[in-house]
Amino acid sequence: MSASFAQQIIDGMAALTLLISFALLAQHRMLSVLHWFAAQGLLLAATAAVVAYSSGEHELYISAIMTFLLKGLLLPWMLWRVIRKLHVHREVEPLMNSGLTVIIAITVTLFAFHIIQPIEVTSDLMTRNSMAIATACVLLSMLMMITRKKAITQVIGFLAVENSLFFAAIGATNGMPLVVEIGIAFDVLIAALIFGLFFFQIRNTFDSMEIDTLNASLIHKDEDE
Amino acid sequence: MTQSLALNVSLLSCLTVIIAAIAAPMLQHQRTIQRALLCCLVGLAGIFSCVAGFTGLMYGGGSILLPFGLPWLPMHLRLDALGAFFLLVIGSLVLPVAIYSQGYLRHEKRLTPLAIFLPLFILGMMGVVLSDDAFTFMLFWELMSVSSYFLVTHEHQHPENRKAGFIYLLMAHMAGLLIMGSFATLYATSGSFEFSTMRDAQLSPLWASIAFLLAGFGFGTKAGVVPMHGWLPDAHPVAPSNVSALMSGIMLKVAIFGFIRITWDLMGSGDFQWWWGALVLAAGSSSAVSGVLMALQQHDLKRLLAYHSIENIGIILIGLGLAMLLAHFDHNTLAALGLIAALYHTINHALFKGLLFMGAGAVLHSTGSRNMEAMGGLIHRMPWTAALFLVACISISALPPFNGFVSEWLIFQTALMAPQLGGALLTAIVPFSAAMLALAGALAATCFVKVFGVVFLGHARSNIAANAKEVDSWMLVGMAIPALCCLLLGVLPAIFIPIIDHVPQLLLHTSLTSAANGQAIDATQWLWLTPIDAAHASYSAPIILFGILLLGGVAFWWLHPKGTTIRRSKMWSCGNPHTHARMQYNATSFSQPLRRIFTDLYQPDEHEHAERHEHPLLTTRVKYVVHVSDMAVKHLYQPIGHVTLWVAKAIRHEHQRGIHAYLTYTFATVLLLLAVFA
Repeated sequence: MSASFAQQIIDGMAALTLLISFALLAQHRMLSVLHWFAAQGLLLAATAAVVAYSSGEHELYISAIMTFLLKGLLLPWMLWRVIRKLHVHREVEPLMNSGLTVIIAITVTLFAFHIIQPIEVTSDLMTRNSMAIATACVLLSMLMMITRKKAITQVIGFLAVENSLFFAAIGATNGMPLVVEIGIAFDVLIAALIFGLFFFQIRNTFDSMEIDTLNASLIHKDEDE
Repeated sequence: MTQSLALNVSLLSCLTVIIAAIAAPMLQHQRTIQRALLCCLVGLAGIFSCVAGFTGLMYGGGSILLPFGLPWLPMHLRLDALGAFFLLVIGSLVLPVAIYSQGYLRHEKRLTPLAIFLPLFILGMMGVVLSDDAFTFMLFWELMSVSSYFLVTHEHQHPENRKAGFIYLLMAHMAGLLIMGSFATLYATSGSFEFSTMRDAQLSPLWASIAFLLAGFGFGTKAGVVPMHGWLPDAHPVAPSNVSALMSGIMLKVAIFGFIRITWDLMGSGDFQWWWGALVLAAGSSSAVSGVLMALQQHDLKRLLAYHSIENIGIILIGLGLAMLLAHFDHNTLAALGLIAALYHTINHALFKGLLFMGAGAVLHSTGSRNMEAMGGLIHRMPWTAALFLVACISISALPPFNGFVSEWLIFQTALMAPQLGGALLTAIVPFSAAMLALAGALAATCFVKVFGVVFLGHARSNIAANAKEVDSWMLVGMAIPALCCLLLGVLPAIFIPIIDHVPQLLLHTSLTSAANGQAIDATQWLWLTPIDAAHASYSAPIILFGILLLGGVAFWWLHPKGTTIRRSKMWSCGNPHTHARMQYNATSFSQPLRRIFTDLYQPDEHEHAERHEHPLLTTRVKYVVHVSDMAVKHLYQPIGHVTLWVAKAIRHEHQRGIHAYLTYTFATVLLLLAVFA
């Protein structure tokens, strides 16, 4: 596989990742959000494998496998279980209408490209084009956390931020050292477990998963004391 | 690193207060021993500071590097003429206050907080004058501020004391912030926290002005310069009287010291710009007049004294401002005279204001009240206190032969010389501030006629005044020492000025005593004080004192020739058979004419109410209530307070939004950082 061909594949995958970020932002059903999240994880694993193959960095294979297992299968499965048990798979309730959200998302993406342009010139890695996209994905995932009401979508947004950062790491430096990579992977896993536990606890205590309700309950509790 | 006797003694005095702060609180259960130990050690520290200050002035100080502090910045301590002079001021009041406290704290229930914070407070003040780098300076400065906060809120069971303490702490911190800003400006130019490097650094006029303004407002807040005086009239009355004596007597002076240290020493008189002196002069004049005007309308004895501290700080600043103006126009000898006048007034004010607060404390101690309207006739029950208080009253009113006259006279001499030197600016500003000073002096005399007359003369207006007892001899001795110093400084200024003269030698490289200037003040010529030349003006305090004694003696002998007995009879009451103590002039009625004259400034809030029961023309009872509030509080502090609260409420509203708002903040911050740094 020639270098330019590999670069084209990586650029194509980066474009797909950006598309998935937009898709995550535009979804209305909880389950489809989850599906797109899983797809992003799988795509990420594939990107890591391609970069590993073309750059000869064998450590990246391990990253790719971990990403595949963790972000492609385990986390989506855990979240799917939570959604099924809590019966929240109806609609995603956005705070902002989707049209406006998409317009903001496009602006943010343009901003990210504008910011990263001067940095890309200094890099000679074949993955350099993906850095702007990774930055855009980070910002879009944050936007998703802001514009959604349900706690689960926010957790998905958070995990998507982590995905984008991983993507940025591959893009900028051909991946972080393996030790760091493993550490982050476990952190994310633990975070997901804790989130899962919290969801049930919150459900038991407040009988609702909407953040506004949680706030109201907390404030009310403060006033009682 | 040169060490000397003076420096070692000053370190010894610091060590003594540290020991006091550690040892005295440990004796919590033996109150008598605790009080004795505290007063003894603090008094010892006072003696050491006096000795260190005096020898430092006469024979030079030295510097030392203490092995603790920041890892890269050990503590630099240095005793120079300026520091030595202020150390002398500190010592000369700490010693009498320590003796006074032995009596004053006799019935104090909670002695331990005082035993901790009083020595720390004194340590802070000593450290400030000894420090030779900005970090050490700020460290001791904050130690002084924070420990004095705990002293102000000593009787924290009363909510108004807590409020006064809070305002004090707030303004002290603002002052600290501004001073730190000033040091930061100097640090940016010199690249070092050490004062020796800061001295050598050359500041651009713009940065020098910024450093001057920051230092001026910072130290001005702490010194109580109008309009940054808001904390002072609240904090001084609520502190225990021995503490208010120290706070008013020397803490305000330490702020003056800091101001001189930064502007005169670290920046140097060569950097002065003309408007600096004018600004200081204006601040001084406004403080002097508004301080005394507010003092006239008070009927809380200690609050009145607190307003007089503002007035006297104003007088000191008038002297300093004149000196700064003259130094800018290269009249170094006259500048030295102005500086000496300011410093002389500094030590004078420390002594007589300390004495006044101790006297007020003695009255409070035996009557239990600070309200002047409840007193009267105390001269019969507390004759010694009354006599000592009278000395302080004469001193603060700037009447010969006491010390207040000498320093104000010197300031007038400086001011009177200024117009002859040409320059439209000097001619315009200086006479105005001299007139302000004269007005303040006259009003201060009025005010102390009121204080002494209402509190000590006449008949008792209440039972607490009628049953007052003379205070014990500890307190009397504590008050007698500053009274004696007031007299000595007033009678022998020609001996004390050459001692102070080392300070302008350090700061201006000019001396009033050296014959090269042709206008020497000679220590051997103790009889006459001639600041400029004999043809111009000279003052002989000993002759004045002799004249006063002679005239008084002759008058007494003429009025009471030998052999006649003094006839005591009932007072003539205009034919009215019944007299009552409430028919006397009181504090409110005495100040009524001035309330009319300055009604635009005071804007008094008056209420009159007459009760007429039987007939519309027969008035049975008249009630008159007047309240004069501080203009600065009404028009400056309250609006600032309202705006601050309004902003805080708006922020609180933002603060209590949901998690989405927080996420949005994060998102916006990330975008902003990317835009700025990428």
